[in-house]
Amino acid sequence: MLLVRRFEERAGRAYTQALIGGYLHLNLGEEAFVVGAAAAMKPTDYLFTNYREHGFAIARGADLGRVMAELYGRADGLSKGWGGSMHMFDLEHRLMGGYGIVGGQLPLATGAALAIQYRGGSEAVVATMGDGATNIGAFHESLNIAALWNLPVVYLVDNNELGMGTSVERSSAQPDLHKRAAAYRMDSARVDGLDPEAVYQATRHALTRARAGRPFLLEVMTVRLKGHSVVDPAAYRTAEESAQALARDPLDRLARQLIVEGGASQDQLDLWERQAHDAVAQAEQFAKASPLPPVDALFDHTYATPVPNESRRLPGDPLFETPPEATCRRPNDLDEGGPAASSPYSLPQPVAA
Amino acid sequence: MTTAATTLGAGAAASEPVEPVEGPDRARSTAGATMTYREALRVTLAQELRRDPNVLLIGEEIGLFEGSYKITQGLLKEFGPKRIRDTPIAEEGFTGAAVGAAMLGLRPIVELMTINFSLLALDQIVNHAAKIYGMFGGQVSVPMVIRTPGGGGQQLGATHSQNVELYYSFVPGLKVVAPATPAEARGLLLASIRDDDPVLFLENLSLYNSKGEVDLAAPPLEIGRAAVVRPGRDLTVIAYSRMVSVALAAARHLAATEGADLEVVDLRSLRPLDRQTFVDSVRRTHAAVVLEDDWLTYGIGAEVAASIGEGAFDHLDAPVRRVAMAEVPLPYSKPLETAALPQMSDVVRAIKETLAATGFNRGGSVSHD
Ligand SMILES: Cc1ncc(C[n+]2csc(CCOP(=O)(O)OP(=O)(O)O)c2C)c(N)n1
Ligand SMILES: [Mg+2]
Repeated sequence: MLLVRRFEERAGRAYTQALIGGYLHLNLGEEAFVVGAAAAMKPTDYLFTNYREHGFAIARGADLGRVMAELYGRADGLSKGWGGSMHMFDLEHRLMGGYGIVGGQLPLATGAALAIQYRGGSEAVVATMGDGATNIGAFHESLNIAALWNLPVVYLVDNNELGMGTSVERSSAQPDLHKRAAAYRMDSARVDGLDPEAVYQATRHALTRARAGRPFLLEVMTVRLKGHSVVDPAAYRTAEESAQALARDPLDRLARQLIVEGGASQDQLDLWERQAHDAVAQAEQFAKASPLPPVDALFDHTYATPVPNESRRLPGDPLFETPPEATCRRPNDLDEGGPAASSPYSLPQPVAA
Repeated sequence: MTTAATTLGAGAAASEPVEPVEGPDRARSTAGATMTYREALRVTLAQELRRDPNVLLIGEEIGLFEGSYKITQGLLKEFGPKRIRDTPIAEEGFTGAAVGAAMLGLRPIVELMTINFSLLALDQIVNHAAKIYGMFGGQVSVPMVIRTPGGGGQQLGATHSQNVELYYSFVPGLKVVAPATPAEARGLLLASIRDDDPVLFLENLSLYNSKGEVDLAAPPLEIGRAAVVRPGRDLTVIAYSRMVSVALAAARHLAATEGADLEVVDLRSLRPLDRQTFVDSVRRTHAAVVLEDDWLTYGIGAEVAASIGEGAFDHLDAPVRRVAMAEVPLPYSKPLETAALPQMSDVVRAIKETLAATGFNRGGSVSHD
C-alpha cells in the first residue's frame, strides 16, 4: 500500500513537470482496495482493469521500473511506450490491460472467463471498474451473460463515490451498486475498501464462488483523495468534502492499526517508508534511463500476421514515387476554354470568403 | 428552414431564426469581439438557450463540473438542471434519448466528451437519428446536435486520439460540420441548432484555445458550404477543422520562402460536401493537396481527391496529393505519436513536391493566366 502511494505521488509530480504526458489517474486513497484485491488473486488468475491502474500493475507484481517507464513513454515500459498510463499490459503477471473506454474491459473479462470455462481451467477473472462504469450498457450486458453462462468472473466495483465530478447518487438510480446484481440473479456484497484485510477476504470469497461457476459482484467502498486526474482541482467538492475525504486516508488508518493493534514500532514504519521511497526513486531512474521507442518501430504493431500492401506510409510521404519531371499533358485549349462539356460540375459561382 | 416534417410539441415556431434576445452577451453583439473557439461556443449555446425554450443540453459532466473542456461553464447556473442535464456515463442511452426527445420537438444538444466515446452511441446515431426522417416517409424529423471534439497529439493513446468523423460523414441523413475558427464555430453552431436534421458538430481539442474575431450579431453560416479562406493562384490546399490553420500557416511560409501563392479551401461541412467550391478552385490553380488529421485509406481526403479527379481532371498539372496520419493505432510515446501525425513539415513537403511536379519555379513554363 505504501509503495503504491509513494509511486503515485512520484508519478503525479513527474506529470506536473511534463515528464509524463496524456492523462494521469491515480489510485490515491484506493490502496487498500488495490492491494487487498490483488492479494486474493492467484498468480494464474487474470485481471482486466480500467485507466486507474498503476496500483494494480504494481500489486500484480509488475516491475516497478517498467510501470514508471510506461508513464515516461519509454521502450522498456509495460506496453513498450505504446499505451501510457491508461493502457498498461503485462502478460507475465496476467494483467490483461488497463482500458481507457469506460466499461470497455467488462465484456473482455467476461470473454476471458468464457475461455477458461471452455478449456476447463481452474483460473478466474477479476474485472475492476469504477462506480460510474456501472451505468454503461456493457456492464449490464456482461453481468447478464456471465450469470447466464455461469462464468468464473468477479466484477469488482471501486466505489470511490465519484465519476469525475458526478456522485453516485447523481448517476445511479440504485446507489447501492452491489444490489444491481439482483437483476441478473448474481450474488453480490459490499465491503469496506479502506480495510485491506476485509477487501482481501471478500475478494477471496467472491473468487471461490466464481471458480465454482457463480460469478460475483463485489462493491468496494473506497475514497478518492484527490481529483479525477492530476489536472482536476475537484472544484465540485466543497472544502468540507475534500477534508472529509482526506480524513479517510486508508494509509493513516493502517499505520495507526499497525502501531496500536500490531505493536509495530515507529522505527519499523520509518524503515518501510525508506524502502518505498528508495524503490520508487530507483523506478524513476530506470524510467529516465530507458530509451524512447525508435520511430522506425511505428509500424511494428499494426498486425500480428504480416500482410501484403500494409500501409507503412508516413504522413508526408506520397503514395507513389513522384515522377522526376512534370508530367503535364494538359491540352492548351483547356487553358482558356473553361470546364470540359462532360463535366458533372456547373460553371464556377462566386464564393463567399 | 423548409422541411416537410411536422415539428411536434410547442417548438414549431422556435426553429425560425430570430435575432439574439436580450442577455449578458447582447451588449457586445454589435461590434466584433476577439474570443476563443471555446468562448464562441459557450456564448452561442447561451444565446440559443435564451432564445428557444426547446433547446436543452445533455451530456456527461456538463453541469456541476462545467464541462470536461469547460465549454458549458456557467450554463448550469444560468439555466438550471432542467435544461443543462448531467447524465450518467451512458452514451448510447442519453444520445438515443435525445433522438427520442427531438422526435417530439425538443432541440437537444448532446455533448459527447470526445468523439472516441461517440462510438458507444454509434448505433443510435446511425441507425436512428440518421434514419428516422427517411424511413418513416418524412413524417417526423430529428432536430438535434451532437457536439464532440476530436483530435490527437496530446499523448492520450490509441483509444483517446481518434478522428472518426468519417464514420458519420459516410451516412446520408446526418449532417456533419467541422468549424476551423471561432467565427465558424459560432456560425455553424447557430445553423446546427436551428436545423431540423441531426447534425454532428465536430470540435477539436487543439482549437479550443485558438482566438479569432467573432461577430455576435452575424447570421448563421450555411451548412453544406465550403469557403475559400485564402485566395491564391498556384495550388489549392483543402482542409477542415484543425488542419485549416496548418494550411494557412503553410501558405504563409511558402509565400515567404518560395514565392508560392496558395489558395486555401476550408471545407466547413463534411456532409453535405461542397465539391463545387474546391473543384472550381482546382480548375483555377491546377494543383491540389488535401490535408486531414486522420488515416489516409478511405478517408475524407480520398473523397475530396476522387471528386477532383472527376471534376477537374483535365485541369490538373500534377497528381492530387494527400497528407494524412500514418495508418496505425496512435501510440502514446511522444516521438512515435509525432511521427504518426501530420506535421507542418509534412504539409510543406507535399505542397513543394506537388508544385515541383507542376513545373512551378522551373522558368515559369506553366502559366495559366
Ligand atoms: C465511454 C466513455 N465515456 C466517458 C469517458 C470519460 N471518462 C473517463 S473516466 C470517467 C469517469 C469514470 O468514473 P468511475 O467509473 O467512477 O471511475 P473512477 O474514475 O472514479 O475510478 C469518464 C466519464 C470514457 N473514458 N469512456
Ligand atoms: Mg468512481
